[in-house]
Amino acid sequence: MSGVRVLVGTRKGAFVLESDSARAKWDVAGPFFGGWEIYHMKGSPVNPNRIYASQTSGWFGQIVQRSDDGGKTWEAVGNEFPYAGETGTHQWYDGTPHPWEFKRVWHIEPSLTDADTVYAGVEDAALFRSTDAGASWHELPGLRTHATGNRWQPGAGGLGLHTILLDPKDPKRITIAISAAGAFRSDDGGETWKAANKGLQSKYLPDPNAEVGFCVHHLAHNPKRPETVYMQLHWNVMRSDDAGDSWRLISGNLPSDFGFPVEVHAHDPETVYVVPIKSDSEHYPPDGKLRVYRSRTGGTEWEALTDGLPQEDCYVNVLRDAMAVDQLSSCGIYFGTTGGQVYVSPDSGDHWQAIVRDLPAVLSVEVQTLP
Amino acid sequence: MTAAMIRVVLPYHLRNLAQVGSEVAVAVEGTVTQRAVIDAVEASYPVLRGTIRDHATKQRRPFLRYFACESDLSHEPPENPLPQAVAAGREPFMVVGAIAGG
Repeated sequence: MSGVRVLVGTRKGAFVLESDSARAKWDVAGPFFGGWEIYHMKGSPVNPNRIYASQTSGWFGQIVQRSDDGGKTWEAVGNEFPYAGETGTHQWYDGTPHPWEFKRVWHIEPSLTDADTVYAGVEDAALFRSTDAGASWHELPGLRTHATGNRWQPGAGGLGLHTILLDPKDPKRITIAISAAGAFRSDDGGETWKAANKGLQSKYLPDPNAEVGFCVHHLAHNPKRPETVYMQLHWNVMRSDDAGDSWRLISGNLPSDFGFPVEVHAHDPETVYVVPIKSDSEHYPPDGKLRVYRSRTGGTEWEALTDGLPQEDCYVNVLRDAMAVDQLSSCGIYFGTTGGQVYVSPDSGDHWQAIVRDLPAVLSVEVQTLP
Repeated sequence: MTAAMIRVVLPYHLRNLAQVGSEVAVAVEGTVTQRAVIDAVEASYPVLRGTIRDHATKQRRPFLRYFACESDLSHEPPENPLPQAVAAGREPFMVVGAIAGG
């Protein structure tokens, strides 16, 4: 394998960072779509030159961009996301019914097997699919019309569907997460869904057996063992070994079990990474120290990774889609901050360096491992 | 019927999206209304569909305004005729982004 391409979405545009397998020297391209919020960019695992980007604006709405040359040039594709059938209502912050309204695409997930098929998780929460490379989008309404849908409430950032896990072993299995409804899984290609929140606990929910209402921040799995899923919950880091049927607590010795991203090592399903954040009120690292925590035991026992990261006066956040791993033999870990830094560790987290330090606030980071 | 050529000024980000300059000209047949002008803009520049008004409801996006002849026409009914100076091409119809945010 010859190198990596890091796709960075920021509050004010997109950036593409490329390096060889040493991951020491970087070429930085961008900004693309300057001034627009780029919620997420992701490349097709089938055709790495095909990249999709969610470009949004409070003024001008949603645009989806597609590149077929590895991010050098872009073409705007379909931007209409019509809910299927009667939209109904979910709960508003005050508990009153509120009609479903499309706002933006939070997450784009290209198919594992077809470069023209791509999924989009949107706010207000729904899952869309395109089978024509983004030209048109069609909702998979079984999720939004789940029996609990009228009880879903938005998190502070909105009712966003922010995580989509496709199962490489079972092409019919899709797992998604919504703030603040929880995790859901389909075993029939997105037609029907079941809540996957058993074992989750939230101090904000009085019902210990609540089916939904969980502020799941992110999910991650290793494609080699997709049934093991890790979750950064609002508070608590969780693990499931049955594809989300049940969850157990693995926060262990973390300095804070609040945070946003969670990622899994490319070659070891038991090695997992989180970035603890002090609290949901402060949204910055404990003690002003930016520390990634790694567990080599599938959770519970965590070690701080600090070499190359700021260990004083650091008050940035790392958002839910702003961490990624590459597939090189020495697995690279990447994350971006709200302070505009993108860090890389080419050795599984032991040592870190900043690729860039002064981008706009980073919303998302994805990495492509190039042949 | 001869189509009128209507001058339309677009905000910065939509110019970039459509890859045009600050002003475009679109052909409108029949009565020159807000709706007819935006229809013509979207027909000429499909990438702008959904960016000025909602795809389904055709409502103006909340942070955009319409101006012409030094008047705010944002709340005029979309089927009302635009000023004669716009219909005659002497003045542009302006789509303006609200000045807000960072």
